[in-house]
Amino acid sequence: MKHARSAILVPLAVILLGFALGAAVLVATGRSPVDMFYAMLQSVSGKNLRAGTFNPRYIGEFIVQSMPIMLTGLSVGFAFRTGLFNIGAEGQLMVGSIAAVAVGLWVQAPPVVHVVLVLAAAMLAGGIWGAIPGFLKARFNVHEVVVTIMLNYVALYLNNWAIVDIFKSVDRIKTEVIPETALLKSAALAGMTNGSRLNWGFVPVLLSILVYWFVIEKTTFGFSLRAVGFNKDGARFAGMKVNRNIVSSMIIAGAFAGLAGAVITVGTFSFGRALPAAEGYGFDGIAVALVGGNAAIGVLLSGLLFGMLKAAQPLMQSQGIPKEIASIIQASIVLFIAMKYGIEYLMRKLRFHKPAGAPEEVEP
Amino acid sequence: MSILLTMIPIALVYATPLVIAALGGLFSERSGIVNIALEGIMMIGGFTAASVTVVMEPNPMAAYYGILAGILAGVLFSLLHAFASINLKADQVVSGTALIILAGGVTVYLCQIFFDQQRTNAFTTGLSKVSVPGLANLPVLGTLLFKDVYPTSYAAFLLVLLTWFAVYKTPFGLRLRACGEHPQAAASMGVHVLGMRYTGVLLSGALAGLAGAAMVLTQDIQYTLGSIHGAGFIALACLIFGKWNPFGVLGAGLFFGLSQALSIYAKDIPFLQAVPQDFFFMLPYILTIVALVVFSGKSVGPKAAGELYDAGRR
Amino acid sequence: MAYVIEMLDITKSFPGVRANDGVTVQVEQGTIHALLGENGAGKSTLMSILFGLYQPDSGIIKVRGKAVRIANPNTANALGIGMVHQHFKLVHNFTVTENIILGLEPRAGLVIDRKGAARRVRELSDLYGLKVDPEARIEDISVGMQQRVEILKMLYRDAEILIFDEPTAVLTPQEIHELMGIMRRLVKEGKTILLITHKLKEIKAAADACTVLRRGRLIGTVPVAETSEQRMAEMMVGREVSFHVEKGDSRPGKVLLQVDRLNVRNPKGLLGVKDLSLEVRAGEILGICGIDGNGQTELVQAITGLAAVESGRILLDGEDIAGRSIKDRAQRGVGHIPEDRHKHGLILDFRLDENFVVHAYDREPFSRLGVLDFGRIRAHAERLIQEFDVRCGQGGATPARAMSGGNQQKAIVAREIDRSPEVLVVAQPTRGLDVGAIEYIHKRIVAERDKGKAILLVSMELDEILDVSDRIAVIYGGEIVGVVDAAATDENELGLMMAGCRTPAGREH
Repeated sequence: MKHARSAILVPLAVILLGFALGAAVLVATGRSPVDMFYAMLQSVSGKNLRAGTFNPRYIGEFIVQSMPIMLTGLSVGFAFRTGLFNIGAEGQLMVGSIAAVAVGLWVQAPPVVHVVLVLAAAMLAGGIWGAIPGFLKARFNVHEVVVTIMLNYVALYLNNWAIVDIFKSVDRIKTEVIPETALLKSAALAGMTNGSRLNWGFVPVLLSILVYWFVIEKTTFGFSLRAVGFNKDGARFAGMKVNRNIVSSMIIAGAFAGLAGAVITVGTFSFGRALPAAEGYGFDGIAVALVGGNAAIGVLLSGLLFGMLKAAQPLMQSQGIPKEIASIIQASIVLFIAMKYGIEYLMRKLRFHKPAGAPEEVEP
Repeated sequence: MSILLTMIPIALVYATPLVIAALGGLFSERSGIVNIALEGIMMIGGFTAASVTVVMEPNPMAAYYGILAGILAGVLFSLLHAFASINLKADQVVSGTALIILAGGVTVYLCQIFFDQQRTNAFTTGLSKVSVPGLANLPVLGTLLFKDVYPTSYAAFLLVLLTWFAVYKTPFGLRLRACGEHPQAAASMGVHVLGMRYTGVLLSGALAGLAGAAMVLTQDIQYTLGSIHGAGFIALACLIFGKWNPFGVLGAGLFFGLSQALSIYAKDIPFLQAVPQDFFFMLPYILTIVALVVFSGKSVGPKAAGELYDAGRR
Repeated sequence: MAYVIEMLDITKSFPGVRANDGVTVQVEQGTIHALLGENGAGKSTLMSILFGLYQPDSGIIKVRGKAVRIANPNTANALGIGMVHQHFKLVHNFTVTENIILGLEPRAGLVIDRKGAARRVRELSDLYGLKVDPEARIEDISVGMQQRVEILKMLYRDAEILIFDEPTAVLTPQEIHELMGIMRRLVKEGKTILLITHKLKEIKAAADACTVLRRGRLIGTVPVAETSEQRMAEMMVGREVSFHVEKGDSRPGKVLLQVDRLNVRNPKGLLGVKDLSLEVRAGEILGICGIDGNGQTELVQAITGLAAVESGRILLDGEDIAGRSIKDRAQRGVGHIPEDRHKHGLILDFRLDENFVVHAYDREPFSRLGVLDFGRIRAHAERLIQEFDVRCGQGGATPARAMSGGNQQKAIVAREIDRSPEVLVVAQPTRGLDVGAIEYIHKRIVAERDKGKAILLVSMELDEILDVSDRIAVIYGGEIVGVVDAAATDENELGLMMAGCRTPAGREH
C-alpha cells in the first residue's frame, strides 16, 4: 500500500513543482500565471471561463496532441522496464511515418484493411529501427543512448530524402494526400468537435496501452523483461536469456514509437511531411514515461497532462504568454524527477548503509 | 580543385563550433560526468551571444561581449547539470535530456520576452573575419588559413592545444583523468573528486557556450530555435570518433565540418552529384555508430564516466 | 620496547554485531606483525580503524607513543601510515609512475616533472628492491608488479608503517616468495609492517609477532618463532559450540555429481579452481570448507553454470553438463542456493510469489501459452510459505525487499528444495541468520539428503560444516587439500588444512 501511495505522490509533487516554477518564471518576466491556467483549462475543457463560451474543437485538439506522446511514452517506458534508455523514440517514430506513407500511397486495399496495413507497416519499421540499438547493445555492449541519438538524426534525414526523392513531393514540404482508405480521419469525429483533427487514432492508442499493460503484467515474456530490468544477475541465475530480452524489448519499444508516427501521418495529418528538425515527440515520450512511472495507467494520465500542455500552447501564445513556457515546465518536471531518483538513491544508501569490512548483521 | 579551396574555409566555419563543444564534452567526460546536454548549452550560449550582440551594436566590440556573455551563460546553465548529477546523483542522461528541452524552452521564451518574436533580432555586423598580416599572403595556405578567417576558428585551434596541454601535461589533468577512470583510486590519493567533477562540467559549460556563440555569430544572422540544429550531438560524435583526445576531436571536427560543406557543394562535384544532400547530413551520425561498434571491444572512453561515484564505497 | 603503534582496548560495533571487542595490539617498531583470524574475526575492521576509514567506539590509538585521532586516510598518511588494499586502487590506463605520483605530483612550473618523478620512483624502487617498469601501463603488468606499485605509492608518501591487507590472495607462489623478500627488505630499511592474513605458512615465513583475533576478541599475541602452526590454528579457530543438528547416518548411493579435473578462471583472469576433482553421492552431504577466496565461489559457479569452465568435466548422474546453459542444468536437476541472496538469489523488486517461480514461470502450471496464471502462482506461494514458515508481511504479495534477511533466505531455500533437484548446491546458506533460521535450514538440508539427494555444502562456518556434513573436503588455493569424514575430524585439523597445511597422515576418503 505504501508503495502505491508513494508511486502517485511523488509524480504529483514533481508536477506541482514544475508548474510552480513555470508560474514563477512568468511572474518574473511580467506575464500572468493566471492567464496560463485559464488557457490550459480551456484547452482541456473547451470552456473559455472568462468569455463564457464553449468550443469543443479544443477538446478534440487536446486529444490529438495527447495521442502520439502516449505512444512514445509507452515506447520509452517499455524500454525503461527492461533497464534500457530509449532516446530513439523520435527516430523510430519517423521511420514508422515513412512506412505509413509508403503503404498509404503505394498499396491498394479496402477501407479498414488499408489502415491496419498502414499501422502494421509503421510498427514493423519502428521495430526494426529499435532493433538496431538493441542488437548493438546485446552483441557489442554499445551503449544505447548514443546509438539512438545518432539514429534519430539518420531517420530525420532519411525522412526528408524520402519525402522529396521517393515520394516525389512537389513543394518539398509534403507528399500528395494519402488516399482516404488509409487514413484514420473521421468526418464524424471532426464534426463532433467543431472541426478539430480528432481521428480514430485513439483506438490504436488505447489498444496499445492495454497491450502494454497486458504484456508487462500478465505474460511470461513481460515477467522475464521485468526480471532483467530489475536485476540482470538474478535473471541470469534463474536461467533467463538476458541478451535476447534486450533485443526483443527494443523491438517492441520501437514498434510503439513507429505506431505514433503512423497516427500522426494518417491521423493528425493526411500526408507525409519533410521536417526541418525533429518535432520533439521523443523527448515528450521521455517526460511522459518518467512521470507515469513507466506504468500503463501512468503513461495514459501523464500523456494527457503533457498533451494538455502542448495543446494549450496556441491559446497561451494568443494571450501574450510565450508558448515555450510549456517546454520550460516540462523540462523542469523531468529534471526534478531525475533529481528525485537521485534523492531516493541517497536515502536508501543512508538507511541501509553497511560499511565495507563489517560482517553481516545478525538478525535479532 | 578550386572547389576544394572554396570548401575548406566553409568547412572550417562549420568545424569550429563542433570542435569547441567537443572539447567541452571532453573535460566533462574525462572527469567522469556524461554531458549529453551540449546541444542545450550551445543553444543557451548562442542565444545569449546573439542577444548581447544585438543590444550592444553598433559598438565594434559587440560580438566579443556577446561571446563573453555566451560563455558565462553556458557556465551558469551547466551548474544545473553539475548539481543534479554530482550532488544529487541524478541519472546523468536524464538530467542532460531535461536540460536540452529546458534550453529550447528558455531561449525562445526569452526571445519572446525581449524581442517580441520567436527569435532574436538580427545583428548587423556580428563577428567580423580577420586576416593575419603577412601570413595571409602565403600561396594556398594563406588563403585557406590566414585570410578572412573568423577569430573563433583560431580560438578553436588554440583551445585544442591548451586542452591537450592541460589534460596530459599538468597535475590538474592527471587528477582529472583519474577521476574519470577510477574515482576511488583518486580519492584514496587525496584528490577531491567532487570538486574535479564540478570543474569538468563547468568547463564543458563554458566551452559549449562559446561554441554556441561562435556558431550563431558565424553561421547565422540571429538566434532561432533551429540555429544549433543538432551540432551539439555531432560534437558528441566528434568526441567519440576522436577517442576522447583533443587532436582526435580536432580531426573528427574538421572531417564532419568538411562533410557538411560537401553537402552544399556536392552538386558541383561530378561523381558526388548523384548523392542526395541528406546523405551528407547523415554521414557524421552513421560514422559514429560504426566507430562505436569498432571501438566496442577496447574501452576507449573514461572508464567511470556515467557511473555513480559512491564516496562510501571502498 | 618501542611500540610504534598501539591500539588499546579498541571496541567497534556495527548494527547488530561487535566487530572489535576490547582489542589491544601493540606493534614494535621495525617488525612484521601479523593479524591472524578467520573471516569476520575483526582484523580488517581493526586495520580500517588504524587507517582512518572508521572511528572506534572506544579505545585509544597511539602512534610513536602519542595518542592520536585518525579521522581519515589523509590523517593516517600524514602520520606515516599507509595501506596496501586487497583490491588495488590503480588507474588501469595510467603508467606505473603516474599512479604513484597522483595527488602529489612533482612540478616543473605548470607541468608535471616527469623526469623528476621517474627518478624518484627509480630511487625508491632500487632502495627497497621493488622491481617495476616505471613507464608500463597498469593494465599491461602482472598482478605482482601491480602490488609493488601499491607499495611504492605508500613509500613515495614517506609511509613508515605499512598495512598489508591479505596481500597474497592474488599472487602466484613465485610472487608470494618475492613479496616475502620485499617485506623483509622494507623492515631492514626501518619500516614497520602490519600483515593481515589467514595463511599460517606465510606468517611463519615472514612475521615476527602474531596477534590472533576470533569473533572480534583478542585471543592473544605470540612470538611467531616460538609458536607452532598447530597452536596458531587452534587459537584462530577455537571451539564455540552452538548446537547440533539431529541426523542419522548417511546411506550413500551412487555418485550423482562428479567434478573431474576442473579448471575455472576467476574474474581477474587467474585460475580460481585448479585441476579440482570431487564426488558427491546420493544421500550424502559433502561439505566444502575453506577461507573465502580460495576458489569456492568459482567452483559453485562452474557447477551451476554462472561461470564458464576452462577445462575439465562436470558429470551430473554420468552426463557432462559443463557446456550446458543455466536453465538446462536447472531442469536436469541442479539446484542452487546462492551465496549472494541479493544479487543472484532473489529479484528484490519482485514480489515473493514472483520470486518463487523465477525458474518455472514459463511452464505449466504457472503459465499457459505465454500468459501467467496468477491464481496458481499465488497458491504455490501460499503452500511454500506455510511449509517453510516464511515470515512475510503480506503473504505472497510481499515485496522481497521488505523481508528480513533470514526470511529471504528461507524463501530461497524453500524454492530450491521444492524443485527437488537431484543435486543441490548450497553456498553459505546461513550467513547473517539467527539461530532459529540456521537450525531450520540445516534440518531441511538433512531431510533432502535422507530423500536420496546429493548435497554440496559450501560454507566458511566450521561449525556448520562439521555439524551438517557427512564428508568434508577442504579447499585452499583452488585445490582440494584433504577429504575427511566429518565424524573423524575436528576444527583444529580442519583449521590447519584451511590455512594451507595438508593433513600429515593424508587421511583421504
